[in-house]
Amino acid sequence: MSENILAILPELWVAIGQTFLMLGIGLSAAILVGGPLGVLLFLLGPGQSLDNRPAYLVLSWIVNTVRSFPFIILLVALVPVTRVIAGTSIGPLAASVPLSVAAIPYFARLVEQSIREVPRGVIEAAHAMGASELQIVWRVLVREARSGLILALTVLAVSFLSYSAIAGVVGGGGIGDLAIRYGYYRFQTDVMLLTVALLIVLVQIIQFGGNALAHRLDRR
Amino acid sequence: MNSNPSLSASPLIRLEAVSKTFTLPDGRAFEAVKSVSLDMAEGRVFGLIGKSGAGKSTLLRMINLLERPDAGRVLVDGRDLTRLSKRELRETRQGIGMIFQQFNLLQNASVYENVAFPLKLHGNRGRAAIEARVRECLEVVGLTEKIHNYPAQLSGGQKQRVAIARALAPHPKVLLCDEPTSALDTETTRSVLDTLREINQRLGVTIVIVTHELSVVHALCDHVAVLENGQLVERFDVDDHATPRVSTLGRELAQEQVREDILKEHAARIEAAGPTSQAA
Repeated sequence: MSENILAILPELWVAIGQTFLMLGIGLSAAILVGGPLGVLLFLLGPGQSLDNRPAYLVLSWIVNTVRSFPFIILLVALVPVTRVIAGTSIGPLAASVPLSVAAIPYFARLVEQSIREVPRGVIEAAHAMGASELQIVWRVLVREARSGLILALTVLAVSFLSYSAIAGVVGGGGIGDLAIRYGYYRFQTDVMLLTVALLIVLVQIIQFGGNALAHRLDRR
Repeated sequence: MNSNPSLSASPLIRLEAVSKTFTLPDGRAFEAVKSVSLDMAEGRVFGLIGKSGAGKSTLLRMINLLERPDAGRVLVDGRDLTRLSKRELRETRQGIGMIFQQFNLLQNASVYENVAFPLKLHGNRGRAAIEARVRECLEVVGLTEKIHNYPAQLSGGQKQRVAIARALAPHPKVLLCDEPTSALDTETTRSVLDTLREINQRLGVTIVIVTHELSVVHALCDHVAVLENGQLVERFDVDDHATPRVSTLGRELAQEQVREDILKEHAARIEAAGPTSQAA
């Protein structure tokens, strides 16, 4: 093994941990906030049970606007907010703030799209049986769209693995941070290759796991 | 049974001058149902027939308020559904089962979970009670052995049977059927209709069925209402051959009946003659 790699090995483990931390926080925020937001977008949409055009347009506009920001700009623009929430603007916890802000509308849109695949008639049948909105969300929409939702989460995880690497630019830590500090600034090509290889492996694992789970859950 | 004659005379379902207008995608208004009044007596099989676009499906969907009428009242079992709160309406809907042309089963739920679905929505039935009721309903439709299968593993007829079992689970008084056999072949249609008739006769569930197939009306209905362009043009008992029919569909239905009777008679004659006469 090359000297450069041996030298960063202890840091590598920390970096991997930081990447998972950022991904974990970002994805949790996406599921907990973006998920309900996506369901709400769907329900407010034309012809759905909470059909409300003004509310849908406002919500949709907010989602689009946040998604318009290039991630690196969002990262910098949110520094003051990050300081308030995380107490600092560097490190993986701080980087999780812009990551979450970007992940929430992204996932909301993916959720809205997945749920649209649920046939209208099935939702109607649930209404005819006297199900409440909340019961329809959990027992019909989430259940019927679950494999699509898992695939949406997989897409999100892969995107945000690379977003978390961008966070390395502002000292966010993680695998991307390592790649920039050693691979790029110090011209250590072997470290660069190692980090990229690591990211490739992670992406493959995430995608494979997502596909397998989605397939298992799909009874259609 | 009922000492109060006015009560026993009141129909299970009463539509009072209901109207519904839809806005078409191009912005024009389309009057799907124009001030229709209709009574449906308890325990009968009621057919709503008409050409496509006549408003029969919309009228059916008003009975459980899947379509809320723009004007008029919908009374089921004496309650005006249009005046109920959301919560009351949800409770009332338990007493009104519904099946659809496309079955509308949950694809990611097993047959058991599909039939249990309406039972888990309201109140606090125990696990054992739910399971017993699911098995009971699957027995009625003859699908107990498919309890752990998923809808994708069933044929069209079996899916519709699961849908019927699901609709029956909460002990409804009424079963609304929206073109229930239009996606099925002739053979399957016949057996699904047999099941529906049995549900009507054995369990006393009032059935309202929308169909464009005259053979379905002939096989199942006691009473028919004919709709044209959103208006009720005629209603009659299927067995009543004396009163002349006014609508085209009504006349076609009468002819269909005559045709069926002749065919039956003919078949009986062939049978009676036996194989010897055929050889000759």
